Amino acid sequence: MDASWFGFSPVILIAGGLALYMAWAIGANDVANAMGTSVGSGALTIRHAIIVAGLLEFSGAFLAGGHVTDTVRKGMLDMDLVSREYLLYGMLAALASAATLLLGATRLGLPVSTTHAIVGGIVGFGAVGIGPEAVNWPQVGSIAASWVTSPLLSGCLAFFIFHITSSTILDREKPLEQVRRLGPIFFFYVFFIIGLVTLFKGLKNLNLDLNLPEAIAASTLVGLVGALIGAFFLSRVAKSDRADQSDHRFSQVERVFVVLQILTACAVAFAHGSNDVANAIGPLAAIATALQEGGELAHKAPVAPWMLAVGGAGIVVGLATWGYRVMETVGKKITELTPSRGFAAELAAATTIVLASRMGIPVSTTHTLVGAVLGVGLARGIGALDMRVVGNIAISWVATLPIAAALSVFFFYFFKGLLT
Amino acid sequence: MALMGDLFGKSPIRPMQQHMRASLECAREVLPLFEAMAAGNVSELLPRRDKIDRLEHEADRIKNEIRSQLPKRLMLAIERRDMLEILDFQDSIADVAQDIAELVEIRSMTIPETLVDSMLDLVRRAIAACEAAGRIIDELDKLVETGFRGREVARVEEMIDELSRIESDTDELTERVQRKLFALESELGVGIVFWNQIVGWVSNLADYAERVGNRLRLLIAS
Repeated sequence: MDASWFGFSPVILIAGGLALYMAWAIGANDVANAMGTSVGSGALTIRHAIIVAGLLEFSGAFLAGGHVTDTVRKGMLDMDLVSREYLLYGMLAALASAATLLLGATRLGLPVSTTHAIVGGIVGFGAVGIGPEAVNWPQVGSIAASWVTSPLLSGCLAFFIFHITSSTILDREKPLEQVRRLGPIFFFYVFFIIGLVTLFKGLKNLNLDLNLPEAIAASTLVGLVGALIGAFFLSRVAKSDRADQSDHRFSQVERVFVVLQILTACAVAFAHGSNDVANAIGPLAAIATALQEGGELAHKAPVAPWMLAVGGAGIVVGLATWGYRVMETVGKKITELTPSRGFAAELAAATTIVLASRMGIPVSTTHTLVGAVLGVGLARGIGALDMRVVGNIAISWVATLPIAAALSVFFFYFFKGLLT
Repeated sequence: MALMGDLFGKSPIRPMQQHMRASLECAREVLPLFEAMAAGNVSELLPRRDKIDRLEHEADRIKNEIRSQLPKRLMLAIERRDMLEILDFQDSIADVAQDIAELVEIRSMTIPETLVDSMLDLVRRAIAACEAAGRIIDELDKLVETGFRGREVARVEEMIDELSRIESDTDELTERVQRKLFALESELGVGIVFWNQIVGWVSNLADYAERVGNRLRLLIAS
């Protein structure tokens, strides 16, 4: 590994390139799924969705992307058993296998999660290239379990949020008055969640560490500010009272939910950025640490902010170069979703993803969102949902892990041969 | 990988409402048909029948479209089987209207004078039942909006009660027409059989409308 190119080792260049590709792919595909519900319900135009998503994905990745990145970087393998070189080859292999899988899946139109691909890749080289004992199986098990529980949890949350909005607003004599009264509470919750995730973990990167009560207090403050903004906004949007009597008594209310849905879409984009940037940056961070002579392999060395910035930028570029097309397709197909249920689904998904990334568990944003939409569907809130897609998800879920693992083993020996 | 997009199937709610509107149009056309018959205006029967035929074809087209868009893999807000049953009842309204127009036109029927008033009353009330069913189906999207719960369900249940009352009215009106009709037995000869058929069909319009409501009642009660 003496060869260098303008002072960069070739390894970091390859890794950086692969990580950028991963980030690009996340931006190109996943973000559309996260924002598509807003476009489909008419809450956001595509242009606005791109801008909003770009801003929040980046800030999510940059401010709050550290936790999950740490898990991907070192939580799944026992670093005491992994040599510096093997970690290099392995993380390169994981990136390469995930990238290959994504390319193939995108061409075939299969729903593959970047999260599943990268986790499969890491487990693959770890178990075969190094040895089964090197893999932190309980951790991997809990990650895999979270792929079942995260859609379940967000589905349940969405089911209840939909029922709450139904019974407290839509199912009232004067839904419009009701939404004006209760709307600020929803605003509060959305801002509280966004505030919590940012303060909780994000500010560590900015060397501003808050403890739990402080973070909650600060988030409450953020939430209250949000509620105030919301109350002001609601007083402007929901003026006319006659609408309550008319045949279109829900359309006025839905206009209020448009605002709420945009907010939750922001929360989803933020949460998505914070969760999914790890898929690209986690392995890169591991490689960079391993390359530092004498660097502490296992424990210290935090993920450098510049890496999170690179990942965030990659996501934004993917969104701008390709994601808008996917978003257009998604938006056109989701026309049956009204803002009130888009709100329920997105709020549920955002809450789940935020919880998961808080615990450092990489979950699939898309699957979480699908779970949330199913939850609303089970509450009989959506005209028709295609259950075959749910089947496809289950199949691709099961297939992604072994394929990613096998590819990763192949690339592991490939890089091992190439670089030694 | 536009996964979220694929997850959403085409909702049959709006097409169901379109179909109900098309069927309702057929039913509505029965009144001008009977008015022409009451006025003894035989030459008007064919254009009236043609119009009903056209409307019935439109209803059929929507029906087939809905059926082909309801693969089993969809999870629906209203279960597939229930939806198809309601669709069948809605479609029967259009079919019956067509049957009435066909028989009336082929036999160039005009309404005997003593029957005119009670007959037109029956037709109006039967159409009113169809209108009530139409208003109920128009609420489907709002039922989905509220997840089939609470106030909206109560509202629709009231509308169904109203529909049932209208249907009971048509039962009485049917009996009244029949009594008057059978008094004309010697005058009408074998024609009375066809008249009895027509009265039955008009009354069926209200029956099918009521079944639309009743099927929906089972559905929102569960």
